[in-house]
Amino acid sequence: MRVPTGWLAEHVDVPAGTTVEDLDTAFVRLGLEVEEVHRPAEVTGPLVVGRVLGIEELTGFKKPIRYCQVDVGEAEPRGIVCGARNFAVGDAVVVALPGAVLPGGFEIAARKTYDRVSDGMICSVRELGVGEDHAGILVLGDDAPAPGTPAGPLVGLDDVVIELAVTPDRGYCLSMRGIAREMGTGLGVGWRDPGALTPPAWSGEPAWQVSVEDADRCDRFSMIALEGLDPTAPSPWWMRRRLAQSGVRSISLAVDVTNYVMLELGQPMHAFDRDRVRGPIVVRRAREGERLTTLDGADRALSSDDLLITDDSGPIGLAAVMGGASTEIGDGTSSVLLEAAHWEPTGVARTARRHRLPSEAAKRFERGVDPEMTVVALARAAALLAEYGGARVVGSLVDVDTRGPRPTIALDPARPGRVAGVPYPPAQVTELLTAVGCAVDGDDPLTVTPPTWRPDLTDPADLVEEVVRLAGYDDVPSVLPTAPPGRGLTERQRRRRAVGRALAEFGYVEAPSFPFVGTAALDALGLAEDDPRRQVVLVRNPLSEEEPALRTTLLPGLLAALARNLSRGIRDVALFEHGAVFPGGERSAAPLPGVDRRPDDETLAALLGAVPEQPWHVAVALAGDREPRGWWGPGRPAVWADAVQAACRVAEAAGVGLTVRAGERAPWHPGRCAELLVGGRVVGHAGELHPRVCAALDLPARTAVMELDVDALPPAAVPVGPHLSSFPPVFVDLAFVLDEAVPAAAVEESIREAAGDLLEAVRLFDVYTGPQVGEGRRSLAWSLTLRAPDRTLSGEEAAEVRQRVVASVEEALHAELRA
Amino acid sequence: MSGANDPYDPKQVAALSPEALDAAVAEAQRAFAGAGDLEQLAAVRPAHLGDRAPVLLARRELGALPPAARADAGKRVNAARVAVTEAYESRKVTLEAERDARVLAEERVDVTLPWDRLPRGARHPLTTLTDRIADIFVGMGYEVAEGPELEAEWLNFDALNIGRDHPARTMMDTFFVAPEDSGLVLRTHTSPVQARTMLSRTPPIYVVAPGRVYRTDELDATHLPVFHQVEGLAVDRGLTMAHLRGTLDHLARSLFGADAVTRWRPSYFPFTEPSAEFDVWFPEHRDGPRWVEWGGCGMVNPRVLVACGIDPEEYSGFAFGMGIERALQFRSAVGDMRHFAEGDVRFTSAFGVEQ
Repeated sequence: MRVPTGWLAEHVDVPAGTTVEDLDTAFVRLGLEVEEVHRPAEVTGPLVVGRVLGIEELTGFKKPIRYCQVDVGEAEPRGIVCGARNFAVGDAVVVALPGAVLPGGFEIAARKTYDRVSDGMICSVRELGVGEDHAGILVLGDDAPAPGTPAGPLVGLDDVVIELAVTPDRGYCLSMRGIAREMGTGLGVGWRDPGALTPPAWSGEPAWQVSVEDADRCDRFSMIALEGLDPTAPSPWWMRRRLAQSGVRSISLAVDVTNYVMLELGQPMHAFDRDRVRGPIVVRRAREGERLTTLDGADRALSSDDLLITDDSGPIGLAAVMGGASTEIGDGTSSVLLEAAHWEPTGVARTARRHRLPSEAAKRFERGVDPEMTVVALARAAALLAEYGGARVVGSLVDVDTRGPRPTIALDPARPGRVAGVPYPPAQVTELLTAVGCAVDGDDPLTVTPPTWRPDLTDPADLVEEVVRLAGYDDVPSVLPTAPPGRGLTERQRRRRAVGRALAEFGYVEAPSFPFVGTAALDALGLAEDDPRRQVVLVRNPLSEEEPALRTTLLPGLLAALARNLSRGIRDVALFEHGAVFPGGERSAAPLPGVDRRPDDETLAALLGAVPEQPWHVAVALAGDREPRGWWGPGRPAVWADAVQAACRVAEAAGVGLTVRAGERAPWHPGRCAELLVGGRVVGHAGELHPRVCAALDLPARTAVMELDVDALPPAAVPVGPHLSSFPPVFVDLAFVLDEAVPAAAVEESIREAAGDLLEAVRLFDVYTGPQVGEGRRSLAWSLTLRAPDRTLSGEEAAEVRQRVVASVEEALHAELRA
Repeated sequence: MSGANDPYDPKQVAALSPEALDAAVAEAQRAFAGAGDLEQLAAVRPAHLGDRAPVLLARRELGALPPAARADAGKRVNAARVAVTEAYESRKVTLEAERDARVLAEERVDVTLPWDRLPRGARHPLTTLTDRIADIFVGMGYEVAEGPELEAEWLNFDALNIGRDHPARTMMDTFFVAPEDSGLVLRTHTSPVQARTMLSRTPPIYVVAPGRVYRTDELDATHLPVFHQVEGLAVDRGLTMAHLRGTLDHLARSLFGADAVTRWRPSYFPFTEPSAEFDVWFPEHRDGPRWVEWGGCGMVNPRVLVACGIDPEEYSGFAFGMGIERALQFRSAVGDMRHFAEGDVRFTSAFGVEQ
């Protein structure tokens, strides 16, 4: 809502010396957010009202030119050349005299043009920077002040426009009437309600035959008829200026008047060309298959939920949203039916959304319009059309009014104080509610009847807000409540933090990405047609048609971030992300129970059950060097094993043991993919990306990735403190030559099993392939630490363990001990 | 070698004379002082402190003396031996110090050589700031509540008093999920966690709920379609707007310094009544101390309590929510929202693991 300060001052006694900043502060305190302050362009130098005394038509030039004698309040008129033709002798105009500087640095000087000396300039709206109109010069009305009067204030050059963001509960603030009430109260000054006019008692035959079939959606429909409107009559300058300041385009007098009255009183109206309305008007729902061409030229298929204004020809208006083209007032319209009605908000909202027509009228009706204003608005519009267009009202008012009684709210006068923590005396509560426009009766409880323009006031809580807001939020003190003792973070929350910290400390940089993916990203990963990760949840209104789905794996986003970093010249990148993924699949629809009570257990269970599980995954991706080259030597490129180690770090941080075995899964290299298991359950994969995936995503060869389902990890067991033996250890080194296909993990398992309780630690310290061990075989060298809890191991005992281990590994894995 | 029972030999006993002993001591001192390094010192040591050294030989002669002369000579011999030993030890300490100084100097390294063989990573500032805020509330006794990002429409809207056709619902710029009757949306705010919490717990409730939320805004320097909020909810007997202000002031001070405080502007949220937007006084702002807009708050609308099965006559509650990106914008002077979404390691690394 744009509020021209000049217009505001017409209704509110704004104290002298009030600055725009003061107004800004007052608006904000009232809960009307100031979005922008529009200041008019600067004009300096003499700008005055002039009256055209004579016009000499100059010919012989490329276009007709006028040489005018203009009274600018001086002893002699000035001669001014003008190219516009929309004025006549006697008109009042705005003249920039030599020395004036118009917006854009346009300096006015006396100069010779078209063989005449032009001693100033007659200005158009655009030249003054107060509007876009440049079809002709600005002609002031008959009520213009005397020639020579400074014209700046007259054309709004001192009129700042304050643009407000009005919250959806405050529909009444989408009008000067509502703003005036708020500001009058907020500034504590006098103000006048422009809606407080008494409509004349029109008499005669009813203006038109009207019936309302759907009284639930339209509880008031008012209409008058006007005749004798001069279709060529222009809108007065002041009205066009205020419309322009409010961001509304001037179209014709009839349209401008309905728009102006809407801005002033908040009541949207519609003007029908009476001669094009066929038979009685009926307000009803649309029927199957009905269509309507609206004023914007769109041919719309109607829903049976749409409310219509119809005549014998069918729909002539989409109620509360937009009029129809067939009855549109045009250049020749002299007879008008003016309609002002009150429509039920949620129906308007549905129609506006269905047809994507967030019109100014719909915006107001959705937020609530004062039903008392229909006839007032008609009277105001009729008066303006009479004054500026010569129209007169014929016949009497049609007013189909089926409104029910106004609801009241019982309010404990202590309640506002109880909610705010500020004691408001009952008298103050009554006073503030009255300022809002409520009728307040009784003592305890108060019986409050909210004003007709505040349909948002339905509950005691709404009245409480009005009291606290008008008393001032700054009055609320600051008191810290005492919460009962909490239990800290849950294990799951601690685990997520631990995982993130562990990876960050370990060299990975967190890179959260948007969870939107498309088929292309899943294709690039080489997922098979039946891969469950292709079962996605689809967004109905995605930002990009290329990415309509929610991720089922973190890899697309993470690999995109990796590629982005590489493309920005960062060569060694190690990234991680952890977050939710969204597996698709069949689900039942979530129910939509009522809100007047807690849903019953069954409904609640169905509701919560319809929300799919969204497991928390963690993933890493690395390219370039894992350890950079430096003065110590060359760098170490990131390899598959780094990804596996990252998984181990995650598991350690989560407090669970991870086992690793060879696996095969897209998008990993089939020979370099580790399956990650916890207690026999596969929880993730790690290794090198498939070369085709690297190529498809333009990533370096050997890029390594890991993805793991954190939520699939079992709870961490409480760690048990180990018994520490202080007896000396025995170190045993063993190298086995085995078939290359035998996994190191199998050897380690065999060693552990055979060594038994005396084994304190085992570690693989060398892998050798080469001629010494033969084709297809390799040597794995292990270092064993043996230690007894209660004694120094004897040489015989150690030799016995060694013997057991060698025998076991040799036999189970066809290994031979390397000499 | 002479023993205690050897026959008395006056010639050898002459070694016990004061002159002979002084000469031996002086000779030893000269020899030790002349040793240039520890090796030379070790080389001359046997001649003066070894088994055949004069002072040790002299000591062996003591037994040959008549008992009357023995005590006197013994003192002399002992003093001479101590003097030689001291001369040796003192020279040794000096030479060792010289050697250490030389060797350690030779072992000097350039300690400014960078040792970044395993560079550290970083957590995203959205993560660390979220944790920090959560910790402040945990310190107040709150618990951290959670809810899914893909959420039931009823919890995201209806339960929060945002009716089907309410303008606030359309203003939320919601991502809807297929099929049309799925009843699911990408949550537009963290507020559905309020509803989940009230449906699953009984008061007193003090929870904070950080999380990721969605709006259909195109990504640009000032808009993110995916961003982060922290939601707070307290439901208890006798809670007032004063308690809400106290809580927000405490958060502001904990996060932005002792001088931080909040200011309210009346606003509208369907799930709170009264409602306010709040600004925080941020003394450390890079352009000077100022008010910055941060979030929304209010008293839980009794209608929401009813929908969640809590008696509004017995309990009242307050709720608040704020943007994490917004906080980082002013706290860490992040100018372009796209930085949050791109995963550029240069951005994130600047924040380290805990900042």
